[in-house]
Amino acid sequence: MSVARLALRQAAFHGRASLRNPPVVFFGLLLPVLFLVIFATVFGNETLESRGGIKTSTYYVPGLIALGIVSTTFVNLAIGLTIERENRQLKRIRGTPLPIPAFIAGRVATALALATALTIVLLAVGRVGYGVSLPGSTIPGVALSLLVGTGAFCCLGFAFATAIPNEDAAPPLVNAVVLPLYFISGLFFPTDGAPAWLTTLADVFPIKHLAEALFEAFDPATTGAGVAWADLGIVAAWGAAGFAVAVATFRWTPKGE
Amino acid sequence: MTQPAVTATGLRKSYGNREAVAGVDLEVRTGELLAFLGPNGAGKTTTVEILEGYRSRSAGEVSVLGVDPARATRAWRARIGIVLQSSRPNAFLTVRETVAEWADFYPAPRPVDETIARVGLTEDATQRVGKLSGGQQRRLDVALALVGDPELLFLDEPTTGFDPSARRQAWGLIAALRELGKTVLLTTHYMDEAQELADRVAIIRAGRIVAEGAPGELGRRDARSVIRFRLPAGVAAADLPIPMSVRDGVALAAFERPLEPLHAVTAWALEHGHDLGELEVERPTLEDVYLELTESQDAGAEAIE
Repeated sequence: MSVARLALRQAAFHGRASLRNPPVVFFGLLLPVLFLVIFATVFGNETLESRGGIKTSTYYVPGLIALGIVSTTFVNLAIGLTIERENRQLKRIRGTPLPIPAFIAGRVATALALATALTIVLLAVGRVGYGVSLPGSTIPGVALSLLVGTGAFCCLGFAFATAIPNEDAAPPLVNAVVLPLYFISGLFFPTDGAPAWLTTLADVFPIKHLAEALFEAFDPATTGAGVAWADLGIVAAWGAAGFAVAVATFRWTPKGE
Repeated sequence: MTQPAVTATGLRKSYGNREAVAGVDLEVRTGELLAFLGPNGAGKTTTVEILEGYRSRSAGEVSVLGVDPARATRAWRARIGIVLQSSRPNAFLTVRETVAEWADFYPAPRPVDETIARVGLTEDATQRVGKLSGGQQRRLDVALALVGDPELLFLDEPTTGFDPSARRQAWGLIAALRELGKTVLLTTHYMDEAQELADRVAIIRAGRIVAEGAPGELGRRDARSVIRFRLPAGVAAADLPIPMSVRDGVALAAFERPLEPLHAVTAWALEHGHDLGELEVERPTLEDVYLELTESQDAGAEAIE
């Protein structure tokens, strides 16, 4: 079986398992939709002067798509890989002829499928529930952000798993990283008027840039395809760093073995 | 003669200045089941993980199916099957899905349903892995090792933590692997398991092989039978016709050939009208041999040939 076909079959099995995994379904897939419904319902009709007077719901949809991408890639992989490493699933897989590229591609393909499905659901909820429309001309911007974001945050997920000591520590450590970043990156409420040190701090990390890249596509002021090259470049650079760390430190056996 | 499935010569593995494996010579012949016995911490798992390609070695020569596991290739991995001491597959897939997923990894897998039937999980094929009992999970482990149709199987302590009836069932399963013509390297710390299943046994202690041979031969070597009986009232140890020690009123002595001393004792007892209460002649069991080899400090060294 070719590596590509093996990867797809892996993604099918792993995707099926993910959809039966309650924490993955709730935190990874349902919660971002719930966030959109809550925030857009409560704050959606306010106007956002810092973003040219758009409705707040238009601001929330791209931000929560970014959150959805991070949760279906980085969060799921960092936690999932740690659990699989500690209960020796990875070790067993390493003892089979499954090529490593097929294993990795399978996990990335699962993440991409979940992230894409969640993005489509969030777009639909935004459109049907809150009248947030995406200009057809900027679909390339959303698609590219989805691809770059998925790739980069998958790399970061593989890298971060290597820093997690055991399976019990995985969810709290991952949340300790992403939750503060969600807040300072303006996913839950706009941070345009926040103190400079806070926005500068958020600018260092990739989540805000992914959200901004997606916002570019939703911003009525945008002309053209809605691709925010600078933001996506920073996301990709983080992904490349994550890739390098993952290659150097990824382990197939439990820590301490 | 076919080449042995596994050969290791002078195998060593050090961690810092601790030598976990201190010069192991081991051979697993094609088609046999070798039980690799030893207490925890004796170097069993380290040795086996070197053979499986998981760990590097510090010194020595190793060949597994003609390949150095330190340079494992995909083709080589397709010819071996591994059951780790403890590993849990994805809890959210069913038994059949899991076996089908693993079948994908191999160039010439066995049929999925046949493999599931072989380990006795047909009725649980649609059950989620997370809902299986410990014994059923172990069967699934074996199915995953078997589905690639490997020539050589590594089973690392497959029955540890099992209740007696689950162990019996697992033994039946392992014995059935032999009928498929598989070579099996079984790691265990139960002597009775080795005795039940193995063609040959190798015992490791403190990183060295201290005994090797067929289960029957191992028991026979150094086999010193013990004669014991309750010392009759009014008799002192010095009155006995053969030298025996007395402990808590029981006389005992060990002999390589117990027939003559036994005859001397019974003749003496008949002559003096003594009833030898609780008279026993006991041959050491494999368990005794194993305990002696692995527990006492000096016995191991004596047994090295």
